[in-house]
Amino acid sequence: MSLFTPSGAGASRVAGEIDSVFIFITLVGLFFFLLTQGFLIYFAIKYRRRKREEEEETPYITGHTLLEWVWIVIPTILVMVMFAYGFKVYRDIRMPPPGATEINVTGKQWFFEFKYPDGRSAINEVRIPVGKPVKFILTSRDVIHSFYLPDFRIKQDLLPGAYTYLWLQPEKTGTFDIFCAEYCGVGHSIMRAKLVVMGQQEYDAWAGGAVAAAPGAVPTVARGKKLVEDSGCLACHSLDGTAKVGPTLKGIYGRKVGLTDGKTVIADDNYLRESLLEPNTRVVKGFQPVMPTFKQTLKEEDIAAIIAYLKTVK
Amino acid sequence: MSANSDEHTLSAHSYLAEKGFKSWATTLDHKRIGIMYLYTTLLFFFVGGVIALLMRLELLTPGPSMMSDHTYNVLFTMHGNMMIFLFVIPAIPSALGNFFIPLLVGARDVAFPRLNLASYWIFVAGVLVVLGSLLSPMDTGWTFYTPYSAKIATAVTAISFGLFLVGMSSILTGLNFIVTIHKLRTPGMTWYRMPLFIWAMYATSIMQVIATPVVGVTFLLLVAERVLDIGFFDPAKGGDPLLFQHFFWFYSHPAVYIMIIPAMGIISEIIPPFARKPIFGYKAIAYSSLAIAFISFIVWGHHMFVSGMSDVAGAIFSFLTFLVAVPTGVKVFNWIATLYKGSIILDAPMLYALTFIFLFIIGGLTGPFLAALATDVQLHDTYFVVAHFHYTIMGGTVMGYFAGLHYWFPKMTGRMYSEKIAKAAWLFIFLGFNITFLAMFVLGAEGMPRRWAEYPVRFQPLNIVATIGSWLLAAGVVIMFVNLVRSAMRGEMAPGNPWRALTLEWQTPSPPPTENFEEIPEVTDWPYGYGKKAGTGPSPK
Repeated sequence: MSLFTPSGAGASRVAGEIDSVFIFITLVGLFFFLLTQGFLIYFAIKYRRRKREEEEETPYITGHTLLEWVWIVIPTILVMVMFAYGFKVYRDIRMPPPGATEINVTGKQWFFEFKYPDGRSAINEVRIPVGKPVKFILTSRDVIHSFYLPDFRIKQDLLPGAYTYLWLQPEKTGTFDIFCAEYCGVGHSIMRAKLVVMGQQEYDAWAGGAVAAAPGAVPTVARGKKLVEDSGCLACHSLDGTAKVGPTLKGIYGRKVGLTDGKTVIADDNYLRESLLEPNTRVVKGFQPVMPTFKQTLKEEDIAAIIAYLKTVK
Repeated sequence: MSANSDEHTLSAHSYLAEKGFKSWATTLDHKRIGIMYLYTTLLFFFVGGVIALLMRLELLTPGPSMMSDHTYNVLFTMHGNMMIFLFVIPAIPSALGNFFIPLLVGARDVAFPRLNLASYWIFVAGVLVVLGSLLSPMDTGWTFYTPYSAKIATAVTAISFGLFLVGMSSILTGLNFIVTIHKLRTPGMTWYRMPLFIWAMYATSIMQVIATPVVGVTFLLLVAERVLDIGFFDPAKGGDPLLFQHFFWFYSHPAVYIMIIPAMGIISEIIPPFARKPIFGYKAIAYSSLAIAFISFIVWGHHMFVSGMSDVAGAIFSFLTFLVAVPTGVKVFNWIATLYKGSIILDAPMLYALTFIFLFIIGGLTGPFLAALATDVQLHDTYFVVAHFHYTIMGGTVMGYFAGLHYWFPKMTGRMYSEKIAKAAWLFIFLGFNITFLAMFVLGAEGMPRRWAEYPVRFQPLNIVATIGSWLLAAGVVIMFVNLVRSAMRGEMAPGNPWRALTLEWQTPSPPPTENFEEIPEVTDWPYGYGKKAGTGPSPK
């Protein structure tokens, strides 16, 4: 615990960067705090009237244009620097490195459910190896929650009916808090989970044991692949790049797609989700709005599995 | 004795002379309507305050002790709703604004006295509906975020309708003030001779008229979603939960400036007479109010950096939010510069005004942490935000309101308050406030989320500190109001102009006659001509 970052050292490189922004703003703020409060208190003491009835003659000063402009220009420059610094680090917060392990997180009143790529799920505890980037793909089953990791200085809201994400790369082992930070009902304050960061060997040993202990677990990608094959998707969508009734699924994830209304969209988690549930809202250019909705047939975890599989169809 | 005879000659004309419920309930006098708003809003300041003390008491221990988690959640919702919608937003504009805008511009009343009375009763109707909703108390927080607020089976519909009425009252009051300021200024009062409180109220009224309809419509949409099952915000019905947040903050961000700008206006009125100096940078202060009002409409997204809104939108909102710092800083600079070479009396109004500046600087300087994207991701929805908000709104608006209450107390009641007791109260308030809310800054930076009925034990020490601070703060507020109430009944008679101030409300007896001025005053100069101009005679006494 230090004066500027009371919660102790951050648990990732990005957390350290966020702390640097925090310290920078603190130092600029401290300078202006001392400057303004100093003058405020100094003037209030120096120019206070010693005796109520003895009013000293005061000068008729109504302003000073140059000082006014100095006081406009310098703070403007400083806040622009703060903005730029905050924005620069924010880009790191928002950009997971390629190849990050994806773990699905579902918020429910009042717990977090984690789904590992190997198909296992866990409640209120998620384990990851140290030094490897992890991307949490977040959604909620009921109301808005928030996934907050104080030691990593990051949080992200979980929305029902949409995906958001958050990534981190832990640099030390240990057990870290996960709090819900968006009010979600009576259990809000006890909606807490743990992130356990383990050494790689330790993690491998634990994961191996855990997989053996959950024989029914099907890896998410495999499950998605089976769902795509069994749901009739391939009748209209190819996996090899040829256009059929619908566009090909080859390399679909992350691709920039032209739409019938002339707009373009990045085929991200949310667009793929929408295309399964409301397929005719944003149709790819050159195709007819004929795809049926899978709202009734696919469960939330099925949708997540299909998207996980589509990410692998390259 | 002369004071007593003054009282007798005044009382026949005084706006307070007429007695009886009916004379108040049907009055068209802006001063009486202002007083009615004052009492109504103060009621909610006290209820909201008691609720805050109960919450602090519960937070002494990590687990549930004196109440269930649900009760705690209901309490923080009531605290927010009452303090914001029923106290802070109307307190300065509707109570002090109503009383003093016509007096400060030299008018006999507001432009539409009947509309003014209607606004008050619409406000009361809204208040009653809000209170009625407590039969089935809700726990959404004052932000009403969907889909939670659309799903729960409590009186969200009723409270939404109540706040819709309160908002309507706010719109009508704002409209009334805008017309009053445009049309009823006394002869000779050009725009640049207007007192700065009038500039501030003008900026506030514009925001009230433009922003409040949006939250009104939002509440109606929420009611429609609940009652008619139309999916505006609930994704299960095809709606978008973020749409609600956009609507809500499009009003509620300007709303924090609706809260703070009137208080800034009061500070600009108090500092010159108590420092015997002209206000420094009149035009800079006047235009900074308008600049803040303008910028306030384009920064709402900074409440949504981690909501799932697009990153590009986040970057734009962060940039725009930082711009607010500039006009705000201009005000602080000009107030402090006004003190330079003054002859300062540290009486209660001035003491509270300087406290406003002191606390508001802290509130202001903790804003950039929440405007910067990287640090907001960390601090959003933690106690850091709670502390920042209370430093600006309680340390700012409420201190400005206390300053105004003391400053205008002789005018409103015709009596003086006890200076000694007022200073004792101030000391408690100052210490209690800082102990309570400084602890919350640290709690937030350590990672404690807001709206938590229970917390891990490592957060307990600072919660104890905050709770002890809340007791000092409460003691100070109680002492302050006991002093004011006692003085209103038994205080020394006040002269017409105890502070030797130059604005027009002080150029008429205390309390003012029903028609405000015997003769409508004519204005030939700005109201801040304190101090000695080089080469002229002695400064005006």
